[in-house]
Amino acid sequence: MINIVFWFFVAMTVVAAFAVVLSKNLVYAAVSLLVTFLGVASMYVFLWADFMAGTQVMIYIGGILILILFGIMLTHKIASVRVSHANVQRGVGAIVVLALFTGLVWMINISPWINEPSIEPVQTVETIGTLLMTDYLLPFEVASVLLLGALIGAAVLARKDD
Amino acid sequence: MNIFLQYTLLIYFLPLIAFGIQIFIGKRLPRQGDWLSIGAVLATLVLSIALFAGMLLDYNPDFKQNFSFTWLETTNFKISMGFLVDNITIIMLLVVAIISSASHIYSLKYMEGDSRYSRFYAYLSLFTFSMNGIVLANSFMLLYMSWELVGLSSYLLIGFWFEKDSASNAGKKAFLTNRVGDIGFFIGIMLLFTAIGSFSYSEVFAGVAAGKISGTLLTLAGIGLFMGAVGKSAQFPLHIWLPDAMEGPTPVSALIHAATMVAAGVFMMVRVFPILTPDALILIAYIGGFTAFFAATIAITRTDIKQVLAYSTLSQLGYMIMSVGTGAYIAAFFHLAIHAMFKANLFYGAGSVIHGMHHSLHELDDHETDAQDMRNMGGLRVKMPITYLAMVISSLAISGVPLFSGFLSKDAILAGTLALVERTHSHHLLLFFGFGAALITAFYMFRMIFLTFHNEPNKPKIFKHIKESPTAMLIPLVVLSMLSIFIFYTLPNANPISDQGWFTHLVEPQESLVPGHINPSVHEIEESIHHSHNPAMITSLIVAGLGLLLAWFMYFKKIISAEVWARRIKPLYNLSFNKYYIDELYDKILYQPFLKIADWVAYLDWDVYDKYFINGFGRVTEWIAKIVGIADYDGLDQGIVDSFGRNTNRLGGALKKLQTGKIQNYVLYAALAVVILLIIQML
Amino acid sequence: MDSLQIYLILAAILFSLGIFAVITRRNAIAVLMGIELILNAANLNFIAFARFGGMNITGHIFALFVIVLAVAEVAVALAIIINIYQNFNSINVDEAQQLKQ
Repeated sequence: MINIVFWFFVAMTVVAAFAVVLSKNLVYAAVSLLVTFLGVASMYVFLWADFMAGTQVMIYIGGILILILFGIMLTHKIASVRVSHANVQRGVGAIVVLALFTGLVWMINISPWINEPSIEPVQTVETIGTLLMTDYLLPFEVASVLLLGALIGAAVLARKDD
Repeated sequence: MNIFLQYTLLIYFLPLIAFGIQIFIGKRLPRQGDWLSIGAVLATLVLSIALFAGMLLDYNPDFKQNFSFTWLETTNFKISMGFLVDNITIIMLLVVAIISSASHIYSLKYMEGDSRYSRFYAYLSLFTFSMNGIVLANSFMLLYMSWELVGLSSYLLIGFWFEKDSASNAGKKAFLTNRVGDIGFFIGIMLLFTAIGSFSYSEVFAGVAAGKISGTLLTLAGIGLFMGAVGKSAQFPLHIWLPDAMEGPTPVSALIHAATMVAAGVFMMVRVFPILTPDALILIAYIGGFTAFFAATIAITRTDIKQVLAYSTLSQLGYMIMSVGTGAYIAAFFHLAIHAMFKANLFYGAGSVIHGMHHSLHELDDHETDAQDMRNMGGLRVKMPITYLAMVISSLAISGVPLFSGFLSKDAILAGTLALVERTHSHHLLLFFGFGAALITAFYMFRMIFLTFHNEPNKPKIFKHIKESPTAMLIPLVVLSMLSIFIFYTLPNANPISDQGWFTHLVEPQESLVPGHINPSVHEIEESIHHSHNPAMITSLIVAGLGLLLAWFMYFKKIISAEVWARRIKPLYNLSFNKYYIDELYDKILYQPFLKIADWVAYLDWDVYDKYFINGFGRVTEWIAKIVGIADYDGLDQGIVDSFGRNTNRLGGALKKLQTGKIQNYVLYAALAVVILLIIQML
Repeated sequence: MDSLQIYLILAAILFSLGIFAVITRRNAIAVLMGIELILNAANLNFIAFARFGGMNITGHIFALFVIVLAVAEVAVALAIIINIYQNFNSINVDEAQQLKQ
């Protein structure tokens, strides 16, 4: 039973990803991206990463996707869909990407993965929080500075030139 | 050292030294150095007289001295040169010395004031030296060398007044005609050398006697040697240069073309007589006889006084050559010596007349009238008595009148001819030539005398100013006139018609050395001459008298009209007047074709060879250079060297396209790189 | 069927698709979406390794930071895109060729 659900979510993710990449309509692509994000979040759940799943949904869907939608709206032309959206690189790109994918798959299969036993934790939040404040304090602070920078930068950029 | 060698060396080299000094610094010497040349030649004269006296005292016909030194020696052969002194040599040396001295002295006045006075004397000395070389030579090599030198001297002297085109052309003509004869001469010498291996007379004679060369080859050699004489002694057909040679100054004409150089041919024939075959001798006789007659027929229509004498010389030379051919070669030599004396005298006399005419024309400021034309003369007897006397004596001598020297020698020649006819019972044509020429000779000589010195003067104005010539010019006339009297030649006999004088005693004929006894022996020849001596003498007297008489009637008494007779035999007259058109004939059949060939060869060389071949080289080289240039420039430079640049350019251009400026492309490249790395890892 | 490889392969799929989108799409925002896919693929990898590697939370931390950075990056990127749109009136990446030689 779990397997069916699992495979359903996998399929959903993959199909949505394809839709993101191949769809000509940007808004469709954005919505597919949303579904992809959801699918990835579900994967997180299957992987016992409860906090991450929540974070994924909140930030990616709630933040990034909204931003993207804003961007789409702000830069959309009245007469939107024009000539051909695909560029010349499509064929070559497909081949290269396929090769890349094949290489990755092959690499994954070849590699002797060490499968360490792991016990399902009740929750991970506490552990993550503790680590953030102790072992990974510096990256945490730096990340905050980075966000500040990004904030200011984006604000400056978005300003209309006087 | 032997006294003869001493004298001979001095005689030989003194004129050469005079020439050497004279030609280089003659102009700066006092009196332009004429005393140097005259001194040298007079010394030669004195020494020659000494030798001559010695010969007379010795009175030995077999006298012979031979001095040789090795000139060139190789492993194969040896060439030696030197002097041969025998009676013939001594007599000839004396003849040359006398005439040469006379010319030198004569020129003191004749060439006075000439701009190249010193050079004239230098050339005279050179000529004396060369002529003595011919006389003294004891080998064909020295003979030939001196032969050529004499030819050179003749050229220089004939063309002395080279500002005149006619003079320089005459000089060239003389030299070139001589050269033609010399080719035959050289072939003859080389034939002998090839067969016998030596140039010296004694060895060649010995070789012929031993039979090393005989038959046709010996005849050819003889004819070859004769060709030299034909050229030098102006026999037909190479006679054309002698009349033109009168362009030279009169002393030159007297010395070279009367007495010595032209006699060199006869002298050489006399020397080589023993090796001449009967066939060669007959050819020689006919050519000589023909020349004698032929030249005499031309002389009768000459109006220039020197031209008469020129053709007269030709005729007399013909006599000498004919005499060699008939076997009486001593008579030829005899005539040579005697003829030298009276012919030189005639030339000096003519020179004196011309000098007087020039002087008169100068006074009249007349530059047009020809001073040498006899039609402008006449009656000069009263104005130039000494000259007149000298000319008359010499004319009597040349006509063969008894009591004069010429009679003795001419008589001997005609006797020899008659003897040949009697011996062989053929060749009667030679008699016609010989006696006919004698008649004509007497005629034209006295025609000249009467026209020049007798009757009324043709141009009274000129006549008024004529004077006798200066003493320096008269001395040779007097001396030579004396030598034209018989007495000097018949001693110790006093008989004017004797043929037993010192000359015939001292100069004895040699036996022919041609093997096989095909030539008559000396004894036979002498026998036959003895038989025909008297008939010949009588006939020659008659003939000479006839000639003289005819001239007397035509030109002195004017009974027979020359113009009427000339008109009556107009075709013959024209032939004679135009010298049988020989010069024109040569021009048409020799000179013009030769010039055309020369033109054609020049065209070949210039327009064909040069243009196509030589220039062709140039053009081919140009073309090759062009190709190489293209190969280098367009091929190598552009193709290879530049291509590096161009290909790099193109590569760069191609690679430039990678930089599209599109980031997505760059990302693709990155992905591609990863793929490639993966593939590499896989492998 | 809950092995590491599945997740890894899924991540690989997402990654490849993300690359494809970056390479291929003409609209800048579409490219941005491709980048998001890539980042998500990476995150999935991290979480998977965390789970199958003895439940190592470090993976989670890492993924968290990735998300943070993704946010910052999207914010700035969109600002830039809007700027470009205002200047060139088009956000067609094909036309942003100022780097072309």
